[in-house]
Amino acid sequence: MTIRKFILICVMVIAPALLGAQVQGGLDPATLLKPLGNTWPTYSGDYTGRRFSSLKQADRNTVKNLTLAWIGKVTAGTPGGRGANFIEGGVGNGQFGAGGGVTIKGSILMVDDHLYVTSPDNVWMLDARDGHEIWHYYWKTRGSTHIANRGVGIWHNYLYFETPDDYLVSLDARTGMERWHVEIADFNQQYFSTMAPIVVDNHLLVGTGNDIDSPGFLQSFDPETGKLQWKFYTVPMNLDDPGIGTWPNLEAARHGGGQVWVPGAYDPETKLYIFGTGNPTPGYTGQGRPGDNLFTCSLIAVNVDTGKMAWYFQTSVHDTHDWDSAQTPVLIDATINGRPRKLVSTAARNGYFFTLDRITGAHIVTSKYGSTSNWAMGLRPNGVVEPDPGKEATVPGSLVSPIEGGVTNWPPPAYSPDTGLFYVQEHNGFNMVYLTDPDPRGSMGLGGKQVSQLGSLGNYLTAIDPKTGKVAWRHEYTGGGGGGLLATAGGLVFSGDGSGNFVAHDASNGKPLWHTRIGNLSNAPQTYMLDGQQHVLAAVGDTIYDFVMY
Amino acid sequence: MRLLPRGFHWIAGTLILLLWIAAGIAAQGGAPPLPAAPAAPAQGGGRGGNRGGAAPATPGVGNPTATFPAQQRPPGDPEVIARGNGLYGANCRLCHGADLRGGDQGGPNLLRSAVVLADQSGELIGPVILNGRSNPGVPPMPKFTLAADDVRALAEYLHSVAATMQGQGGPPRGTPPVLNVLVGDAAAGEAYFAKNCSGCHSATGDLAGIGARNTNPMLLQNSWLGGQSGGGGRGGGGVGGGAATNPVMVTVTPPSGPKVEGRLGRIDDFLVIVNLEDGSSRSFRRNGDVPKVELRDPREAHRKLLPTYTDKDIHDVTAYLVTLK
Repeated sequence: MTIRKFILICVMVIAPALLGAQVQGGLDPATLLKPLGNTWPTYSGDYTGRRFSSLKQADRNTVKNLTLAWIGKVTAGTPGGRGANFIEGGVGNGQFGAGGGVTIKGSILMVDDHLYVTSPDNVWMLDARDGHEIWHYYWKTRGSTHIANRGVGIWHNYLYFETPDDYLVSLDARTGMERWHVEIADFNQQYFSTMAPIVVDNHLLVGTGNDIDSPGFLQSFDPETGKLQWKFYTVPMNLDDPGIGTWPNLEAARHGGGQVWVPGAYDPETKLYIFGTGNPTPGYTGQGRPGDNLFTCSLIAVNVDTGKMAWYFQTSVHDTHDWDSAQTPVLIDATINGRPRKLVSTAARNGYFFTLDRITGAHIVTSKYGSTSNWAMGLRPNGVVEPDPGKEATVPGSLVSPIEGGVTNWPPPAYSPDTGLFYVQEHNGFNMVYLTDPDPRGSMGLGGKQVSQLGSLGNYLTAIDPKTGKVAWRHEYTGGGGGGLLATAGGLVFSGDGSGNFVAHDASNGKPLWHTRIGNLSNAPQTYMLDGQQHVLAAVGDTIYDFVMY
Repeated sequence: MRLLPRGFHWIAGTLILLLWIAAGIAAQGGAPPLPAAPAAPAQGGGRGGNRGGAAPATPGVGNPTATFPAQQRPPGDPEVIARGNGLYGANCRLCHGADLRGGDQGGPNLLRSAVVLADQSGELIGPVILNGRSNPGVPPMPKFTLAADDVRALAEYLHSVAATMQGQGGPPRGTPPVLNVLVGDAAAGEAYFAKNCSGCHSATGDLAGIGARNTNPMLLQNSWLGGQSGGGGRGGGGVGGGAATNPVMVTVTPPSGPKVEGRLGRIDDFLVIVNLEDGSSRSFRRNGDVPKVELRDPREAHRKLLPTYTDKDIHDVTAYLVTLK
């Protein structure tokens, strides 16, 4: 036996063991630090939350050549479902099934020429070239609220997704076979989980949702083993926790909500993960929780290695309208007063736009972008918006703008460093909000109110200068808009118009340059490169439409 | 860092590549399904942002809409529940409230208690009852001496109430409190009406008897705010409003050819559809301002007023309108 042969045999024996022990191949988390381009490897495409792609085959002049490549339809699994590529997991017995059709409301990851698509309890791997299904993983549920799933996370060759009944499930990205599942929240306490897990280094950041006054939290898991690394509560859980003075008592704080259900942004320079938190609970009856109610409806920065909070900024003080501030924040580098600044901006559901220093959390800009928002009575010196107590739900009725869904919601915004504009879908409308449970203890969950929608005051694709908060332009949607946005280096902003059209707008003025009527988008458009051609895709319910540049 | 022999890299690299290709081939096995047919546009599918949709809870096994364990439990024995209710009234109500949502003595809300929600048949609730409890920020709970059967009956009662919770964490409906929406000043409402509404509406004309026709003041208030009640004012449509009787009208003027008028079918940046009186419809491609499109929305005037009202204006006008019998 030659030495060379000996080495070869050793390698053949050792290599598989090494492959098992050391993660190789697939998506290197370092890829996520690069600007978004050929692939779409995490919820927002990259860590910045900008949803800005460097691809520019499709530009203001060429987008007219964007052509349908394929249509792919996915079908939800059922217990005992069939098919060679059907994989079933889950701990439920199928008794309290979700059933029903599919609505894709999350990001579709594109890695290694494959697409990963989700809906509650379902993950599909499709071929990005023609949309054909390669495998389908189905989770047999225990029940829960099946409102949405926002997509998978990927780390090397492993996929991660959350189930409505509160499991984090890891799959082999190539085969769809389950690696493990761990419980991430107490199903008895009626948590339901929708967020797309975010991979940062060797951390898997996971949030969850709840409507019955349970506390919100963000957790970090080991992507290899599923072991909990840290858990950060968004409300005070002990008498000496920060923010406790903004609640009447610990019992109210511990049932104060602040769920983490939309992915945030990550700044590798500071190792800070910056995310928004949901509404305080009980949602509409604030009489039982006087105070600012920290850290609900806030932007929060936590260190990804420690789970410790570096700073916070509350974008809705003592919210009483279910206006979560969970929207994905956007990292922006810009010069303000001659000084280069590292910024983070968010367009909140309540109709206010904020820009902060993302290193310190220091306030820079507060502006109102929801044209008719009427719930505030001025600004505090620190830029926090002061809510008008008169606009809480009252027995004879309170006229409130925006409506419950907010000026914006989970559909993600976009930002183009080329135009320097922050794009968001703006919805204006009024509700009468009646208090039906005037009990001084407050109601529970989202109970205790009755809401009547009075009419829309205009919906827009709105472009905001994040340095000033001023609206640069608005393009009116005669429909509602929705689904979310994509900006590209081709000078385009892709959006649904709420009238069934998928539209490419000129990023500098909102002018429509291309459109196709495929139905109202149920998720945000995305783009990627394959075989030298730029693709753009969007989902309408259970169907994915993929367009390509020739 | 070098832990492997020199020359390892190319061998390992080749091996990994081969494994990768093999895995890729395996993963792509199976006949690809045929391309799916295009789906019909899913109108309204885009928003879906607010977390609605949790069905009202109906207790019982086999109910596919029962979302969480509290709603999935099989219904308990009514006699046991009744006994538990009695025990609750005698021992617990003072602190935890008649509706379990917390009481004057500072006992916490039991409907959202992690102990109650995780309990099956008293195994978690029992020790708290028998041993008492001391938690930060809450008055200490004393020990109670209860038989095991009584503990189980109490637990069964708590679970029976929790099973009736509404969707999205709302409490059980209970007896709705009597709420008075009519807090406004009718005289001030009449003055507001004379100044701001009488240009289009009349208390003795289109709005005569509106207070008699609408006996629920909350619904009356909602409908006049939305421009849906009364006679629709001058130039408006029929009583009751709404799209069916009070449609948005549109006039399209093409660069050449006559004007086309009718009910608005749909409008976006690219198309306008006009529904004609004879039941047919016409569509026009839109390119910026061509063709000229004029919309007449009978409810637009009301919508434009929405940002101008104070809550007092609204309550006053409603108080006035209910007097128009």
